[in-house]
Amino acid sequence: MSKISYLSGKEPDSCEHRMIFKNIDREGWDPSIACYLKDGGYEQLRKALKMNPADITNEVKISGLRGRGGAGFPTGVKWGFIPPNNTKPVYLICNCDESEPGTFKDRYIVHQDPHQLIEGMLISALAIGAHTAYIYMREEFPEAAILMEKAIEEAREKNFLGSDILGSGFDLEIFIHRGAAAYICGEETGLIESLEGKRPYPRIKPPYFPAALGLYMAPTIVNNVESICHVKHIIEMGGAEYAKLGTPRNTGTRILCVSGDVKKPGYYEVEVGKITMGELLNDVCGGPLDGRSFKACIPGGSSAKILRCDETFKIGNGENQKELGFYDIPMDFDTMAACGSMAGSGGVIVMDDSRKMSWVLNNINHFYAHESCGQCTPCREGSMWMRKISDRIVDGKATPEDIQTLEDVAYQIDGRTVCAFGEAASWPVEAMISKFRDELEAETSEDNEYLSPEAKRQLKNIS
Amino acid sequence: MSDSTTTQLPKDLAAEKGMINVQIDGHWIQVPRGTRMIEACKIAEKEVPHYCYHPKLSSPGNCRMCLVQMGMPARPAPGEEPTYGDDGYQEIGWMPRPVIACANTVGENMGIRTTGDLVEKCREGVMEFLLINHPLDCPICDQAGECQLQEFSVEHGKGESRFKEDKVKKPKNVKIGPRIRLDDERCIMCSRCIRFMDEVADDPVLGFSERGTHTTVGIYPGRELTNNYGLNTVDICPVGALTSNDFRFQMRTWFLKETDSIDTNCGTGANITIWTRGNKIFRITPRQNDEVNSCWIPDSHRLSYTCPTDDDRLTACLIKADGVHEESCWENALDAAADALKQYDTNEIAVIASARQTNEELFMMRTLASELGSDELAIVARAQTPDEMLVSSDQNPNTTGAKLILDDKNPAEKMDAICESIRSGQIKAIVVASEDLTEAAQLTSEDLDNLELIVSLNTSASATAQASDIVFPGASSTEKRGSMINVAGRLQKLNAACIPPGDARVDWEAIRDLINALSDEPSNDTPQSIDQLSEIITKSFDVLNDYTLSKIPNSGVTVIETGVSIPLIDRETARKATGEIVG
Repeated sequence: MSKISYLSGKEPDSCEHRMIFKNIDREGWDPSIACYLKDGGYEQLRKALKMNPADITNEVKISGLRGRGGAGFPTGVKWGFIPPNNTKPVYLICNCDESEPGTFKDRYIVHQDPHQLIEGMLISALAIGAHTAYIYMREEFPEAAILMEKAIEEAREKNFLGSDILGSGFDLEIFIHRGAAAYICGEETGLIESLEGKRPYPRIKPPYFPAALGLYMAPTIVNNVESICHVKHIIEMGGAEYAKLGTPRNTGTRILCVSGDVKKPGYYEVEVGKITMGELLNDVCGGPLDGRSFKACIPGGSSAKILRCDETFKIGNGENQKELGFYDIPMDFDTMAACGSMAGSGGVIVMDDSRKMSWVLNNINHFYAHESCGQCTPCREGSMWMRKISDRIVDGKATPEDIQTLEDVAYQIDGRTVCAFGEAASWPVEAMISKFRDELEAETSEDNEYLSPEAKRQLKNIS
Repeated sequence: MSDSTTTQLPKDLAAEKGMINVQIDGHWIQVPRGTRMIEACKIAEKEVPHYCYHPKLSSPGNCRMCLVQMGMPARPAPGEEPTYGDDGYQEIGWMPRPVIACANTVGENMGIRTTGDLVEKCREGVMEFLLINHPLDCPICDQAGECQLQEFSVEHGKGESRFKEDKVKKPKNVKIGPRIRLDDERCIMCSRCIRFMDEVADDPVLGFSERGTHTTVGIYPGRELTNNYGLNTVDICPVGALTSNDFRFQMRTWFLKETDSIDTNCGTGANITIWTRGNKIFRITPRQNDEVNSCWIPDSHRLSYTCPTDDDRLTACLIKADGVHEESCWENALDAAADALKQYDTNEIAVIASARQTNEELFMMRTLASELGSDELAIVARAQTPDEMLVSSDQNPNTTGAKLILDDKNPAEKMDAICESIRSGQIKAIVVASEDLTEAAQLTSEDLDNLELIVSLNTSASATAQASDIVFPGASSTEKRGSMINVAGRLQKLNAACIPPGDARVDWEAIRDLINALSDEPSNDTPQSIDQLSEIITKSFDVLNDYTLSKIPNSGVTVIETGVSIPLIDRETARKATGEIVG
């Protein structure tokens, strides 16, 4: 292995464990297959081709890999959901829709290290028995689409893709499918509907669990780009070795995307749970901007519940209960969930004291109101309603009662929708009101008995 | 070997019969395996409010109105056996997150709560969301009085609005087809119309465009909703988004009286409801019958009916004198007809009945022919291109009944010979009922002029009536009580929704009176009411098996195996078998 050096100014932080991102910003690195092969690429494919598919899945199970797309669901367990006596074709879909606000990790993989993804997909396809795979790429990555197609061609020329891969008898075709700029296409069943050429309305589960009834009603596994890349490294080092990285039940590495009011925003690949929020924000990211202090942070993409930087959290039960300050929270899945938020897709959005929370909430609400697919009642009507209320809060036209209405509406959406978009749209509102209620109410006034212009006009006629 | 001291668990007792135990609002019931939760609740008589669910269509689960609380027994730890209570059931672990009832099937030992705090909050929430952008159109909306948004907001809604924003504006009064109007603001995006056009009508012209709260139902660009099943979307639209042009702004539904009857536009005999106020028909809607027409009816049939108030209705008996029709009373007209008919030999008279007549009327026609001594008794055949759905290849509604009552395997066959005999002059006199002979019987006005005597029973001033010497005004299919047998051999009953106009009488009475006028000694057995007539008929035909009019079930009953099936029903049965629809 050649010594790795990185482009000037883009060197990894000392706390990082660059595994997936080993080749990102690497000096002398290019996305070609020649470069990848020189670095030992596609060796894991050869290794996997000699393995039993069930053993590949087992390694992934032992590794404890959890999905990196946002839900954190154990990948090996998901692969095991394919019905045992299945006779339909199995599909592997790589979810490269990366639309969660605050997330910017998959883009680097597909733009700079496409062959890592291809190799990961090959190994995953071997494990689940898929011979057709798709990379669903968001519309906003046109260059990556071209690059990826080129990489696929390069791989095919070397017989890493196509029929009878490396003489093993295994076939795999990978197709790129570009989206059309809809966040809901990141939802696995929304993605499947879009891939089938239909409106991306997520499917109801049950009965349409993708592992049983997915693409074209055949078993389908949808995995995030980063998750699939981890599969390659799991095969390389073995599941048990991989599980030594990170912390128990929160194994491996993850890529954190820090944005917002820090001195050094950017991407950082760390062992899961081995770095705390404080270490991340203050040490790695250089702390707040001059003259400012941290106020709030969304730890896992805009769908995750916001945390106050001055908050303390009680986690655990009974004897195991302990108190954790915001800066002490390890960047893992379980503790973050116990603190009332989620690790999600790793999009850490940092806000300092110059930010108005009402504006932040309104910004988020605009996004979800715009991206709601409109299939089910609560999200379709509620997301826009929440946006309209927060519009008025920002414009100074809201009453204190409106804050309560806003909260009620959020809880009326939460848990009642077809897909998790309902939670994604309602959690920011619930959390913001729960943590920053005083600040929001300070922008309201009892005197703002607001009526829409149309209602005012109508009142004139009837009163 | 079973121990006599151990009793079987409820789950085993149910499994033996292919059933499943479900607890609904505290009470355990058994339902067939594979039943959807919403149907199980219906069996338990716990109505679950819903919009997008329809038993004849696929279930998208998008309105979220049918959210209920569900519970299942906790999974036993590995190596442990499940524990059962004294009642034989496992304890139910209630899930905090509600589930939709329309797309989930029941499982053994499942619990469902259709009431309670969670369920009420869910319904209130969905109602609130549906109403925030809904226009306040109730005062002008046709759906008022039969609107599920109105009904459920009264039962399950909050009662007060806290929405202060501007409502989303969408296209209103959109002409998407010649018979149907769309109002996008009223639409609650349940997608029933889209699914119906796609899955049942096989003509997917409707679809959604835009996204989020701006989602709009519309017609495919460049297309129109001209499909012959398009108006069924108006029936299934839970709100007033889709309205029928023929009924738009005509009448409030709460003024209308409903009469169950049968469509007589073709041999399928679709079940209908006739909506009237006073003596006027305002609309016809399909009535559910899973053996005949499911929940649907073709537009051509729905819009084709005769009303007592139509301009061209005959309202008085007419006797032709010097080529001009003069009004007359029934007594005179009947006597004139009887006298005229008696002038002819039995082999010079033909009786032309109609397969549009009811069984009772056909029986009277047969009795009339027998009274006249004529063997020439036929019906007029009326074939058409079937549409492989509900429109039968037989345009006549009661051909099967005619075959039975006239005791003739092919009663239309004789019609050709009768036509020839009319042209040749061998037949000099005819009695014809419910037919315009120039229309389907292929006789011309010249042919009719050949005849010396035409006695006809008509509802309107048709060419045959014009040519007739004596005209009796009759009743249309919406004005009579009677029975018909459809192409599949199903005996169904018509009910009178209106009274015939003016002096017009129901046909069976007119024919009976003519028979009485013809016979020198009117018999004491002549039926005085249609129920008496029905008794006589059912006794004469074994196949009718005592099914007098009052005994015919509301959904009819199969009495003859014709071997003919209704294509739409076949397709629906197939879809039911795959589990795609509940059926």
